[in-house]
Amino acid sequence: MTDISTETRSVVVEREVPHPPEKIWRALTTPHLIAEWLMKNDFAPVMGHRFQLSGDWGAADCKVTALDPDRTLAYTWDAMGLKSVVTWTLTPTATGTHLRVEQAGFPQDNERAYRGATFGWQNFVGKLADVLARLD
Amino acid sequence: MPHAPDLIFRALADPTRRAIFERLCRDGEQTVVALTARAGVSQPAVSKHLGVLKLAGLVRDRPDGRQTHYSAQLAALTPLVDWTSEMAGFWEGRLDDLEDLLKRMDQ
Repeated sequence: MTDISTETRSVVVEREVPHPPEKIWRALTTPHLIAEWLMKNDFAPVMGHRFQLSGDWGAADCKVTALDPDRTLAYTWDAMGLKSVVTWTLTPTATGTHLRVEQAGFPQDNERAYRGATFGWQNFVGKLADVLARLD
Repeated sequence: MPHAPDLIFRALADPTRRAIFERLCRDGEQTVVALTARAGVSQPAVSKHLGVLKLAGLVRDRPDGRQTHYSAQLAALTPLVDWTSEMAGFWEGRLDDLEDLLKRMDQ
């Protein structure tokens, strides 16, 4: 989702997951489990804990900013010159959990978009051929 | 003033032009002479390529005596990089993997 009315934008992805919040919480907060679905990391479920997520593309510097077991987890996400906040919200449902992840705070100004474009460059080049095929 | 994506893609469709632009992105501002030394084509050809890149808003020129310095204008790529859709795709993929993991985990 894009909010163009403010200076920053956010992304929200939501899922109905057929598992209880407690189990999802473990997957979200246990380093070796996080590594299985997100990235290698040195996460610890401690407020203010600084950690790094590292993938093939580089690393994100993070800090835990909210920690409410089985309910809410938030951490800052600083990568490629873009600072944002990732917030996980777990809401129990009759069949499992409504899982919501929001990454907020992509700046709209040119300087930041500039840096974002720098990172996007590699992807961009890969996509270039596809787009070119659509141009006459 | 944003430039049309078509113009940008067309400007970057040529491999030589793209190499010149990538070099400016990586190494910063350079003169036509410096770019020519590594471009593998003649100086007039490099100048012509820079003209096309400039038209697309991808480079800016700065005259300095007899030399003209060129720099990449990465902001011109902004219309091509939609962060929200990039990251939405990223999280969708991560959540797929998370769900796979949840299936394998003990209660």
